[in-house]
Amino acid sequence: MNHEELQIRTQSDIVLVRKAVRELTAKLGFGLTDQTKITTAASELARNTLEYGLGGHLEMETLKNDLGKSGIRLTFIDQGPGIADIALALTDGFTSGKGMGMGLSGSKRLMNEFTIDSEMGKGTRVSVTKWK
Amino acid sequence: MERIPILKMGSFLLVTIQVDMHDQLAMNLQEDLTNRISATGARAVLIDISALDIVDSFIGRMLAGIAGMAKILDAKTVVVGMQPAVAITLVELGLSLDGIHTALNVDRGMALLRNSLELSDDEDLGAELANES
Ligand SMILES: Nc1ncnc2c1ncn2[C@@H]1O[C@H](COP(=O)(O)OP(=O)(O)OP(=O)(O)O)[C@@H](O)[C@H]1O
Ligand SMILES: [Mg+2]
Repeated sequence: MNHEELQIRTQSDIVLVRKAVRELTAKLGFGLTDQTKITTAASELARNTLEYGLGGHLEMETLKNDLGKSGIRLTFIDQGPGIADIALALTDGFTSGKGMGMGLSGSKRLMNEFTIDSEMGKGTRVSVTKWK
Repeated sequence: MERIPILKMGSFLLVTIQVDMHDQLAMNLQEDLTNRISATGARAVLIDISALDIVDSFIGRMLAGIAGMAKILDAKTVVVGMQPAVAITLVELGLSLDGIHTALNVDRGMALLRNSLELSDDEDLGAELANES
């Protein structure tokens, strides 16, 4: 359905991602708590795209399922080094940098659906969905 | 460089975060606060985040960093005004904000600090503010 693309190249882009995601979730009629959860997950994933994926972009889509329920899907795509061990990366507290290792696992908890595809040397694609 | 203002009120420092901070701005704040605590001998730091509509792991780490740094400099940190939706999200994200004191609003945060620092009335915020101006 509706489709929008945002670049993630600088720290300011992360702020813009938060703003755009907040606006779209509000427009879709998500409650305040869900808006906050989705925006927080987007912030985590956008920062990973910038820090580990060496920049990339976000695709924002609005969805509607068979029952007429609406949703939002956010897909973060980079052409960075990829993730060697996805299960390890998804472990609470695992970081290869200076983080707290909560971004990926936390985003998974905050959203309804979470998929991650990564290939070493090719890049990473993380897609999260939340239904109303 | 862009900076978040730090207000000195008596023996407290007060920071009101009013913008959606990019990461560097958050790092600058941590550094500025550390310098101000050591320059002023402030006993406590109040950080008002009521205008923040999200706290992610980066901001969480910054708040914990400030609290840790302040503790080394013998100052207490209280984070005030966290929105309920932000608090719920933080728990689900998995951040515990260990070691950070929180209060509902600035007034309660002040009361908490006065109690724990055992400040007498003449060290009270209002009095000192008047003295300084
Ligand atoms: N887009 C990516 N490309 C390559 N590696 C990634 C990517 N996203 C995450 N990773 C790897 O997965 C690890 C875990 O990510 P996660 O977001 O959970 O924690 P973090 O970013 O290290 O810390 P935090 O998000 O808590 O600040 C990262 O340290 C990194 O090694
Ligand atoms: Mg992360």
